[in-house]
Amino acid sequence: MNLRNYTLKIWRQKDKFSPSYLDTIQVKDISPDMSLLEMLDVVNNHLITINKEPIAFESDCREGICGACSIVINGIPHGKERGTTACQLHMRHFEDGETITLEPWRAEAFIPIKDLVVDRTAFDRIQQAGGYISVNTGSAPDAHSMLIHKNAADEAFDAAACIGCGACVAACKNASAMLFVGAKISQLAHLPQGDPERKRRTNAMVMQMEKEGFGSCSNTLECEAVCPKEISTKVIAELNWEFIRSINN
Amino acid sequence: MINPKIPNGPIENKWANYINNSKPINHANRSKYHIIIVGTGLAGASAAASLGELGFRVSSFCFQDSPRRAHSIAAQGGINAAKNYKNDGDSVWRLFYDTIKGGDFRAREANVYRLAQLSVKIIDHCVAQGVPFAREYGGLLDNRSFGGSLVSRTFYAKGQTGQQLLLGAYSALNRQISAGTVKSFPRTEMQDLIVVDGHAKGIVARNLITGELRAYTADAVVLATGGYSPAFYLSTNAIGCNVSATYRAYKKGAFFANPCYTQIHPTCIPQSGEHQSKLTLMSESLRNDGRVWVPLMHNDHRSAEQIPEQERDYYLERKYPSYGNLAPRDISSRAAKQVCDDGRGVGPGGKGVYLDFSNAIRRVGKSVISARYGNLFDMYIKITGENPYDKPMRIYPAVHYTMGGLWVDYDLMSTVPGLFVLGEANFSDHGANRLGASALMQGLADGYFVLPNTIAGYLNQIKPGLIKDNDLRITESVDTSREYIRRLMMIKGTKSPDYFHRELGKIMWNDCGMARTESSLRRALSEIPKIREAFWKDVNIPGSDMEFNQTLEKANRVADFLEFSELLCLDALKRNESCGGHFREEYQTIDGEAQRNDEEFCHVAAWEYKGLGNEPVRHQEQLKFENIHLAQRSYK
Repeated sequence: MNLRNYTLKIWRQKDKFSPSYLDTIQVKDISPDMSLLEMLDVVNNHLITINKEPIAFESDCREGICGACSIVINGIPHGKERGTTACQLHMRHFEDGETITLEPWRAEAFIPIKDLVVDRTAFDRIQQAGGYISVNTGSAPDAHSMLIHKNAADEAFDAAACIGCGACVAACKNASAMLFVGAKISQLAHLPQGDPERKRRTNAMVMQMEKEGFGSCSNTLECEAVCPKEISTKVIAELNWEFIRSINN
Repeated sequence: MINPKIPNGPIENKWANYINNSKPINHANRSKYHIIIVGTGLAGASAAASLGELGFRVSSFCFQDSPRRAHSIAAQGGINAAKNYKNDGDSVWRLFYDTIKGGDFRAREANVYRLAQLSVKIIDHCVAQGVPFAREYGGLLDNRSFGGSLVSRTFYAKGQTGQQLLLGAYSALNRQISAGTVKSFPRTEMQDLIVVDGHAKGIVARNLITGELRAYTADAVVLATGGYSPAFYLSTNAIGCNVSATYRAYKKGAFFANPCYTQIHPTCIPQSGEHQSKLTLMSESLRNDGRVWVPLMHNDHRSAEQIPEQERDYYLERKYPSYGNLAPRDISSRAAKQVCDDGRGVGPGGKGVYLDFSNAIRRVGKSVISARYGNLFDMYIKITGENPYDKPMRIYPAVHYTMGGLWVDYDLMSTVPGLFVLGEANFSDHGANRLGASALMQGLADGYFVLPNTIAGYLNQIKPGLIKDNDLRITESVDTSREYIRRLMMIKGTKSPDYFHRELGKIMWNDCGMARTESSLRRALSEIPKIREAFWKDVNIPGSDMEFNQTLEKANRVADFLEFSELLCLDALKRNESCGGHFREEYQTIDGEAQRNDEEFCHVAAWEYKGLGNEPVRHQEQLKFENIHLAQRSYK
């Protein structure tokens, strides 16, 4: 196997109070079958053995579904491969000798924690504001008592595929969360179960989104380009439509 | 003998009788009770939401940055329910029967029957929450088939059923957080269980951002912290999955049941090198359309398309004609190992078998296959760089799920009063082998429907709010945890926690993996303490414990795996039979199937901790099969 060497330029930051800087690290003998995160594992294991602080970065499932990984790779959230999370990006996509720059998600609403790790609890708070259907356990009718058009179910699913990683915010020059919020709104707006609360839900989620400090959408569509689940910006149009409906009773 | 407290009466009526005879807590008094729930996967999130709806005060903890990232999210294929929407003869009884048989007659009948009954309500509830299950053109829900069953009862949302169900539970949790009944503590990891006068009264937890350790007191503690697959280092589990919460509860008196029951999933992407950090599952649903085969000839190095039909061995179809490619997981995994050990495996090192879609693509077309499995095929392409539309996938078994867990009674309460255990973290429903699409079902049944009805039985017996945070016994447990972390930080050796984890994994996979023998287990039992000793001498954790420190988090978890794995191997050594995922080479039928020993081992082994270095005590819960006749499992 042809092993490869790289130069890494990595954003280091001790905590939210400390200044950040780009650290340069040379890595050798990397297999093209490794994922980018496995390459970072190799770097970190080495740093630990020489008693240097390893690079803090997030990951959990490492199969592209949990949404934990969050690295801007050479200027692009999750890297240049379309529809791919950082954990599913393999080193075969990088040339031998390439310089790879790794940075965290950067947005006012995402507060730095350490190195490549940021606080994304703003997303949780937006969903707590209204991203649910009010149904208590045990009160549901039989699942087949309600027919749902296959197209509606499929559209709801396409929006629900959002993994909440925040790449859309990191890619946006306004640090807007409209793709994320749009996906959540769109999922429930397409389903009859979501109808009774649709106005209240949209209003509450948009208000919380504003409060968290996310910017507005100016239709550059970078978010769609970097979304690892390829959520369409159609959901932003739907969000705008739902929002107008929610204020004009 | 330990008593599971199974209600009397015919199996169909046990749960209804139980509820009729239970005494709910008065609505006005519920907010006096504080309940801690650790873990926010399907079981933990659904329990927190449901208890919050009832009016209890709930604190919900997870180590991830958001409750939505718990590992339930990675479940792909589906969730079973005995709806019989397909009119193919399904029923609560059949789901019960399939699950008991699939678990190789090592699960508790009463719990499994209740699970099958509740399965129906889960689907109703999830649909009401807005979970976008797959539908047919008529607007009704679609189903597919999974292993170990002859009927179609699996509900699904493409290849990400786990994520959609978890987002449903997470939305219910969010609703309660917003209502103020649930308080959420993300990035807060349980360090220890607090036991006062024999009752679970809280936890010590570490804030992973600041490093702050503190006690949280409660009237009951619920662990929904998942399984222990990463004891094998490489598994399909997430990087953060760990045994620490359940293992530390075990050290505080909760019995650990059947730790040797581990599931090796047959369809995972083979390992590509030493650097590998995890293995990736390819959903069992692929076996609806994919055919598993290897070359008939030994060491056949031709590529798949060069091997003519008559020189292929579709070994699952050959050995199990009635279930074929949908044979249960333990049986399919073992069959893959047998053909690879026989020198007929494919790919690097001969560690792989083909999963071939060419027939299905010819039959129904590429677009239909893409609609069914598109995202799984894409994932395969990303990882391997090969295209399964053109050539067969290569797959190999990998550790995926653990059926063992903390022992619980019918109420889901452990041997420590006030400590409840849900989902994969308990042991009760899957016996020695879990059927596909049953983990999601169990997690949600436990959290939405079982615990909210059983916890009152305990709460009625105690006075709420007895223990205060400044109680000396509480501050002592914080000091003990602080001292433990200080000891880890002070080692200042030369190796990373990963190094020791990987070493442990090699032993576990080779000596306690798909096939186990008395001698391999004895070898493991002598090697594990050596690695543990080396770890406590030579691990290095840079930085401080009073900051965000991922190396410390990892070391903390690896330290527990290094103790727990010994228990796993010991349990495997003492169970002198083969059943489900526990295959002892000494005990097999002439055609290589698992040979149970019902005379001596028709029981649950529940282990009691007696201090590190001392052999734990093996208790037994006798399993009684009053409704299903104990039989040799056959899928032929």
